[in-house]
Amino acid sequence: MDFTFSEEQEMFRAMFRDFSAKEIAPQAEELDHEEKPALGALRKAAQQGFLGATLPEEYFGAELDYTSYAMLIETLAADSVSTAVTLATHVSLVAMSILNHGTPEQREEWLPLLAAGEVIGAFALTEPDAGSDVQAVATRATPDGDQVTLDGVKTWVANGEIAGLFLVFAQGAEGMDAYLVPQDTPGLTVGYREPTLGLRSATFNTLYLEGCRVSEANRLGQPGEGGSIAQQAQDRMAVALAAAGLGVSENAIQVAAQYATERVQFGVPIAQKQAIQGYIAEAKIEVEALRYLVYHAAWLVDQRGDYGFDASVVKAFGARVARSVTNRMVQVMGGYGYMEDYPMARKYRDARALHIIGGPTELHDFQIAQRIFADLDMDIAP
Amino acid sequence: MDFTFSPEHIALRRMIREFAENEVAPIAAEIDRDHQVPMETMRKLGQVGLLGVCFPQEYGGMGAGEMGYCILMEEINRVCTSTGTNVGAHIGIGAMAIYLDGNDEQKRRYLIPLARGEQFAAFGLTESGAGSDAAAIRTRAVREGDSWILDGGKVFITNGGYADVVTVMAVTDPALGARGGITAFIVETDWEGFKVAREEDKMGIRGTSTAELVFEELRVPHENVLGKVGEGFVTFMKSLDMGRLTLGAACIGGAEMALESAVRWAKTRRQFGAELASKQAIQWKIADIATELEALRSLVYRVAWLVDTGQPFSQLAAMCKLYGSEVASRAIDIALQIHGGLGFSRDFPLERGFRDARIGEIYEGTSEVQRIVIASNIFREHGVRIRP
Repeated sequence: MDFTFSEEQEMFRAMFRDFSAKEIAPQAEELDHEEKPALGALRKAAQQGFLGATLPEEYFGAELDYTSYAMLIETLAADSVSTAVTLATHVSLVAMSILNHGTPEQREEWLPLLAAGEVIGAFALTEPDAGSDVQAVATRATPDGDQVTLDGVKTWVANGEIAGLFLVFAQGAEGMDAYLVPQDTPGLTVGYREPTLGLRSATFNTLYLEGCRVSEANRLGQPGEGGSIAQQAQDRMAVALAAAGLGVSENAIQVAAQYATERVQFGVPIAQKQAIQGYIAEAKIEVEALRYLVYHAAWLVDQRGDYGFDASVVKAFGARVARSVTNRMVQVMGGYGYMEDYPMARKYRDARALHIIGGPTELHDFQIAQRIFADLDMDIAP
Repeated sequence: MDFTFSPEHIALRRMIREFAENEVAPIAAEIDRDHQVPMETMRKLGQVGLLGVCFPQEYGGMGAGEMGYCILMEEINRVCTSTGTNVGAHIGIGAMAIYLDGNDEQKRRYLIPLARGEQFAAFGLTESGAGSDAAAIRTRAVREGDSWILDGGKVFITNGGYADVVTVMAVTDPALGARGGITAFIVETDWEGFKVAREEDKMGIRGTSTAELVFEELRVPHENVLGKVGEGFVTFMKSLDMGRLTLGAACIGGAEMALESAVRWAKTRRQFGAELASKQAIQWKIADIATELEALRSLVYRVAWLVDTGQPFSQLAAMCKLYGSEVASRAIDIALQIHGGLGFSRDFPLERGFRDARIGEIYEGTSEVQRIVIASNIFREHGVRIRP
């Protein structure tokens, strides 16, 4: 066992911090209030190689291991959970699916564009009647010679509004298929943007597929492999979202602790009050526990084994920690925690998303229980 | 023991619910989106007598007691926390201070138009350096002949941007501090020297005004001293006791709304071939909200009864606010979670409820202040004086 980060990883962290402080932090507040994606920062991130963070150099990626990538997400989320989620959708859900399941042609076509940020990736799985229950996906993929016609409606499509490429899941003849659908494909329409509680500079859209024809060559993986592609993508995303939860929680503690040293009530800085100390200590304990879960899970991703169970554990815990830490840090700041002129209200709204996106906590709880009972030879139903 | 509401209170609740459904609910999303205080609704509440619900008829009130006022707060907050907050700041603390400690002349002049909704009130206590530590206020009042000259300012004043009357706490004798050195004044907001400096941009209760007030050589006639000179702190604390109870009542409304919508959605939404209501993870959450809600309801209406029968209630009022705000936050959080993505969308009321509920643990005395109050009372009975 070795709990240290390598020298290289520490160097990356310093670089990520620099980047985030310069490109993300200064405009995070404003973009949230105006509900605009951080397009400028994403372009800068592409120049740094972050949009191809985990892609090999042959595709112009930065070839980071997943641990360093988790560090990137953690660092960005400290300043903007929206931007961290946007980047994680692009890298973990879309680019890495193509890397892991794509043909050489698909990789060569899309990965350099994704790494350069010339194309942003979006992930289209959820439907009005298929949230936690992915098997209920009703979008159809109908073969037609060497073409396939996609018909259906997707909701909560992350990066929908800014994407050039959609990873779309649809029911084909042999089960669920995955397709790479360029944004300008006739029959594809990006619709309604969800007005969200938090993550307001990320975009979640409805996607309409009406007689949307793509070549069979756009299918990612084998027929019927879509379910497994989606699951693996979501496992990677679960680790990234937990890293985002870690980043926002750590930063919330820093901001609130700083405030506690400056805010004087009853003649002393409130940092001198045991109740405040307790809030901060409990939050810190949760954050430290989360940190090791996150980096353990990220390390497992790099080992290329089955880490689905650990992904659920870290995602469920990350969501709980981010929710409870930001909630307490709002409390430390009192009225100032509730004002939108200060960053804590945004962190609190953003953190709440982590219980829902990437599969609600209830679903992860179920998957964890499912594994435990499977080891006891019992199948459980959701 | 008798745990039933009187026929009058049952009729009152029916009338308020109808008003809330017809007048308040339809615009709740809009006033949140547009950051708009619903002035027309506030005036209508006054016209039908509800803004005087707890005050005696001789002062333009309805005479329905604290019980009636808690029913009002529960029912309004069930559909709109912003409107409930406007009402609470106006009646529960703003006008209440005048009702509790005003003389007959002051009540006739101020309370009657407030009870009728012809004028609106705010409660001016918090300052930038005096939040939980209310006694640390610095707004100064200096006697000058028949007047007092006020200099200073207040922050986070609910209704501050549109109130006609603000009850203001100021230091009249810095040497004495909270015990004898602070006085309450009734201030009319169109007097020279009174200024609304800014409106806050808040996470929730966006259909309310939270303002910073500035006083510059603001001249207040001596007859507008509320209560006795030097006893302002006591006046304000009495009002806050009442306010805490009624915020507990407000939280019943918020938690009820959450429970109702969670049940409705769990009944409708199907995943994995069955409605969510069939899942134990969902059932347990519903059971927890319902249990806490019933405990809160019993506590709040018991304390309302204590107030109306003239018994001590201060300690239990702090518990109403502490427990109520935490129950409402938990209930909304659970309801939002059961709705999944829809809960996270501003197209559905839970998103607003989530932002709105969070203020409950902060305003009118944070949860930490309530715990200090409760613990102090307990230790005082055991002969120990604790400091915050």
